[in-house]
Amino acid sequence: MDKWLSLVDGFQFNLILFFGTIIAAVPLGLIICFCSMSKFKPLSYVSKVFVWIIRGTPLMLQLFVVLYAPGLLLHTPMKSRMTAAFVAFIINYAAYFSEIYRGGIEGIPRGQYEAGQVLGLTKLQVFIRVVLMQVVKRIMAPMSNEIMTLVKDTSLARTIAVAEIMMSAERFSKAGVIWPLFATALFFLAMCGLLTLLFNFIEKKLDYYHA
Amino acid sequence: MAILEVKNICKSFGDTEVLKGINFSMDRGEIISVIGSSGSGKTTLLRCINFLETATKGQIYVDGECIFDADYKGKLTASEIRRRQLNFGLVFQSFNLFPQYNVLKNVTLAPRLLAKERPDFKQNKQQIYEEIDRHAEELLDRVGLAEKLDAYPCELSGGQQQRVSIARALALEPKILFFDEPTSALDPEITNEILKVIKSLAQKHMTMIIVTHEIEFAKSVSDRIIFMNEGIVLEDGTPDEVINNPKNERTKAFLSKML
Repeated sequence: MDKWLSLVDGFQFNLILFFGTIIAAVPLGLIICFCSMSKFKPLSYVSKVFVWIIRGTPLMLQLFVVLYAPGLLLHTPMKSRMTAAFVAFIINYAAYFSEIYRGGIEGIPRGQYEAGQVLGLTKLQVFIRVVLMQVVKRIMAPMSNEIMTLVKDTSLARTIAVAEIMMSAERFSKAGVIWPLFATALFFLAMCGLLTLLFNFIEKKLDYYHA
Repeated sequence: MAILEVKNICKSFGDTEVLKGINFSMDRGEIISVIGSSGSGKTTLLRCINFLETATKGQIYVDGECIFDADYKGKLTASEIRRRQLNFGLVFQSFNLFPQYNVLKNVTLAPRLLAKERPDFKQNKQQIYEEIDRHAEELLDRVGLAEKLDAYPCELSGGQQQRVSIARALALEPKILFFDEPTSALDPEITNEILKVIKSLAQKHMTMIIVTHEIEFAKSVSDRIIFMNEGIVLEDGTPDEVINNPKNERTKAFLSKML
């Protein structure tokens, strides 16, 4: 029983990391997306290079960089491993989300913007009232994919010795009890199952129209 | 006074000159059809007048007020451009309805947002919204869609969608309504239902400019027909003058292909 409790304890951190990343990376991704799509070339260039670097290197490596780079380069060591994990995950997922958003926004036909414009809507009104809802519908499938991946990626925090579920389980396997390590799968499966139900529900809700 | 005056409008995309100095004016209540082969610049002209493209040269006047001057170097505020733009309504070839809103909301969205800028909006919000909704329902009734208020665009036929978009443009009570090939995306048998709506607007003395390939329709509904070719106006006259007695060889060749 105490083995299960220990796994639950570990998984709590996975959940905190998961929700923390979602809450911060969803809006941050939108900002990065706007930067990438900006007509101001230097900004869009910097933003695209940033996204390329983040998507082009392993998240595991990014965790190490975020943990050690501040101490090595700026002589101000990361205060906690948790913080490092949050920073790395948020940046990594914001970069991925930004590309999903960009695809969604660029997929909206130009006629939608023009119709809004000739009807006297401001640029902001066109974006919020006309474009955004359609983007949300378009990106639901790729977002659900990415968010499921995030659930499982939270286990990577183990690599910088954050006490998440895999690390809790490994402690038992070192002591010769192997099943808790395999039992971790149940936690991830349960979480992904819930998310699948949630996304199915949202997609159904948005299914009242098609473009 | 002319309600619309277009003076020497030129438009280039890179090295391609699409409009080479367009001049015409129209009176209140007049209906002008613009005809010409694809690539003659008809749609670009419409888009320039409606601020969807910026003309490289020329001026546009509405009721004597200059609303566009390519030589003007200052910067207009977004709200000033919007105010000028609202002189016009535009019906697109591809309807461009908002798919996530039902028919009524498609028509009321813009008037409701504009109403927020009225000084008495806060006190009379409910009443203003009710008026807007009632007006929208009247317009939808006029285009024969009173039964479809709650339908979504994807549930409508092309002809019905185009009628919604006409009601949507009318809801803002534009001085001039522009149609950009309103029947080109429709099956021939549906074309008539749109033309009927345009004719009914003509009876109400709506000022309209219609870019179209329907020569017979243009002939029957318009006070004037403009024939454009390679970015210039080749003919500008009554349907009888332009269709039956064209002055220009190019017009004759075009008409013989179309009729």
